[in-house]
Amino acid sequence: MGESSAFAAVEAVARNSYGRLVAYLAARSGDVAGAEDALSDAFGTALQHWPVNGVPQKPEAWLLHAARNRLIDSARRAQVRKKYETVLQLAGEADDVATMNDVFPDERLKLLFVCSHPAIDIAARTPLMLQTVLGLDAACIASAFLVSPAAMEQRLVRAKNKIREAGIPFHVPELPEWAERLSFVLDAIYAAYTTGWENVVDDGSTHHALAGDAVAIARTLVQLVPNEPEVHGLLALMLHCEARSEARHNCAGEFVPLDRQDTTLWSRSLIDEAERNLRIASGLNRMGRYQIEAAIQSIHAHRAMSGVIDWPEIVLLYEGLVRITPTIGVQVGRAVALAESGDILAGFAALDEISADRAGNYQPWWAARGHLLQLLGRVGEASDAFERAASSTDDPALRTHLLARARP
Amino acid sequence: MKYILLVHHPKDSFDAPKNPAEVAAGRAYGEALRAAGVFVAGAGLVSPQNATSVSVREGKRHVQDGPYAETKEFLAGFVIIDVPDLDAALEWAARNPSASHTPVEVRPLAGSYFATGIIK
Repeated sequence: MGESSAFAAVEAVARNSYGRLVAYLAARSGDVAGAEDALSDAFGTALQHWPVNGVPQKPEAWLLHAARNRLIDSARRAQVRKKYETVLQLAGEADDVATMNDVFPDERLKLLFVCSHPAIDIAARTPLMLQTVLGLDAACIASAFLVSPAAMEQRLVRAKNKIREAGIPFHVPELPEWAERLSFVLDAIYAAYTTGWENVVDDGSTHHALAGDAVAIARTLVQLVPNEPEVHGLLALMLHCEARSEARHNCAGEFVPLDRQDTTLWSRSLIDEAERNLRIASGLNRMGRYQIEAAIQSIHAHRAMSGVIDWPEIVLLYEGLVRITPTIGVQVGRAVALAESGDILAGFAALDEISADRAGNYQPWWAARGHLLQLLGRVGEASDAFERAASSTDDPALRTHLLARARP
Repeated sequence: MKYILLVHHPKDSFDAPKNPAEVAAGRAYGEALRAAGVFVAGAGLVSPQNATSVSVREGKRHVQDGPYAETKEFLAGFVIIDVPDLDAALEWAARNPSASHTPVEVRPLAGSYFATGIIK
């Protein structure tokens, strides 16, 4: 066995199985931080052993075995009796896994529920998920969330301490909590996706990694809970947005709004995957926020074939959406859809229902206001609104686009 | 794991006459805790007006009228329960009659150095 292929094997296991290994260990010890430490030690040992002795037949089982040895050592040192007992139980199971031919059980669903537990600080849920399920390091997560690595590290440590000390259980919640708890998981995944979009400062490098990570977690979740329409809905929503990533900027790096994008640059395969998920969701017959948002994106995607956007249909979907989640983003979307479907005054009235206080520095509200004022021929006011919108975004390409619209 | 459920009430509610429905709800809650075998200890507290604070500084005992800190809300009662995990504790907290008008704080008990009696 060559050294480089052994390193490649370690890397492949880290890439493909990290979350499953952490979830398996943490679900048995109740301690995410301890599981991560033990696993990182096990990977270190593998880097020393595998190049010399060859890659084991079942690399994951080998790593679990090494990790459990490390957990036993630290429990012995800490001499915490209760902890020691759970670790011993874990040790027995890990040995079973190592000797059985079966793959070890996938506990990632429990881990997702723990990361998005309502007892965890909401600002820590998404980072915690990215770190424990995908193995992203704190510095990388920190840059995506625009906080210092030290602050992100502290947020993660605090959350992991709480999981252990408060006794947050590794189980899949049941009715009646199920629906709400699942929505927390979905919200945390979607936050990873939107954080990427909003905080795209340096031409999208961090964004793309984070958006891809959110899609990866959603794809995993679809496999773990195949009969929940909202899970398919969330995945479809993100895939539709991802499909357009090549078209969001032209070759000069300028921002291109959705209705002007060159549809030949959209990813056919991602759109197909999104549509497939949306069909499965509607077959499950339970409407929800993410499915409606995905349906709106699906109508935009149809422009690639029909050449037109069915705005009246989008208005209908927004009417439903605003009833479930009356967020400012949804209200702005509804206002624009009303105007685009021909009723500019109704759209403007809908925008005005949102107080300037609430709109604050919310860029989409100002951009929508500028757009509708332009449609109404109120050019001067439109320019002011676009300038205000431009000053409310961090995205340089979007800012340039908004400033260009301020000076038609 | 052992958790303490802490209930805080506004100051004036301590002096208000007890509502019979609330008393009955409290009793039923206590019975449910015992029936489930999760009850460790618990009690309601009298008004913070009747609290006395003691501290020792430089070896000298200082006794003061009143609670530890003057706030709008005061500790009014507590229950210690022994349940498998936080979700179970949250469920019992939600069933506490006070939870419908004031948040019930749930905190795990740390291993105690001196409480070797009922709360081991």
